[in-house]
Amino acid sequence: MRYLTDRARVNGLGSAKAGTQHFWEQRISAIALIFIVPFFVFPFAMNLGAGYEAVSAAYAKPFNAIVALAFFITVALHLFQGLQVVIEDYVHGRAGMVLIIATRLLCTLLALVGVFAIIKIALGA
Amino acid sequence: MADVNPGKRPLSPHLQVYRLPLNAYMSIVGQRVTGVAMAASMVLIAWYFLALAAGPDYFAVAENVLTSWFGVLALGLSAIGIWVHYMNGIRHLIWDTGSQFGQKSVRRSAYIGLAAAAVMVVLTFIAAIAG
Repeated sequence: MRYLTDRARVNGLGSAKAGTQHFWEQRISAIALIFIVPFFVFPFAMNLGAGYEAVSAAYAKPFNAIVALAFFITVALHLFQGLQVVIEDYVHGRAGMVLIIATRLLCTLLALVGVFAIIKIALGA
Repeated sequence: MADVNPGKRPLSPHLQVYRLPLNAYMSIVGQRVTGVAMAASMVLIAWYFLALAAGPDYFAVAENVLTSWFGVLALGLSAIGIWVHYMNGIRHLIWDTGSQFGQKSVRRSAYIGLAAAAVMVVLTFIAAIAG
């Protein structure tokens, strides 16, 4: 007999540990991407194959650069959140844990590469 | 009372012959497969920007790859993937508020989402060709 109420005993022991936080943050990154994606995709498509001078000039513009930065950061986050859910559904045990850690590291790398590249282009190589 | 209507008994859904409804495909292919596939798209796009940051010589290599048949195929599929995922994601966000959940509205929004995605894919292709 422990001197704890049933409520206190199970507090924080739900299967997901963090409640709805992951779900909620994935929705927020999704809402952000509703605004970001069109402003990234169309300049990207229009500049495809335009050559070094034109493409670097396009991404030196503050608007395109800021959108591209927002895109890389938010996509890396949303991508990790989504892949984590998929991995949790289909890969179990240690393999799933290793895969989630690897995914997180790769998504972080993706964001770093994108942010570094955009800042370098925007500030003039 | 055994076998009152032989041969006419309902069959349980048999997974190998079960025809998945449209909404199952929208979830499996439209959201999960496109989302996972976009990881590969992002690697390609990050590499493209890294090449741009590296300078004209290396950027020429990246641009050649992305405008080759392989690059056009990969980016074309990415454009389809991102817009289907985008429109289907909006459906999910609407459902998260608790609305549009009826069988008919879910089916209708699947068609609206696919049509909107098709429009955006065409606009993206036009932007890529005209730009």
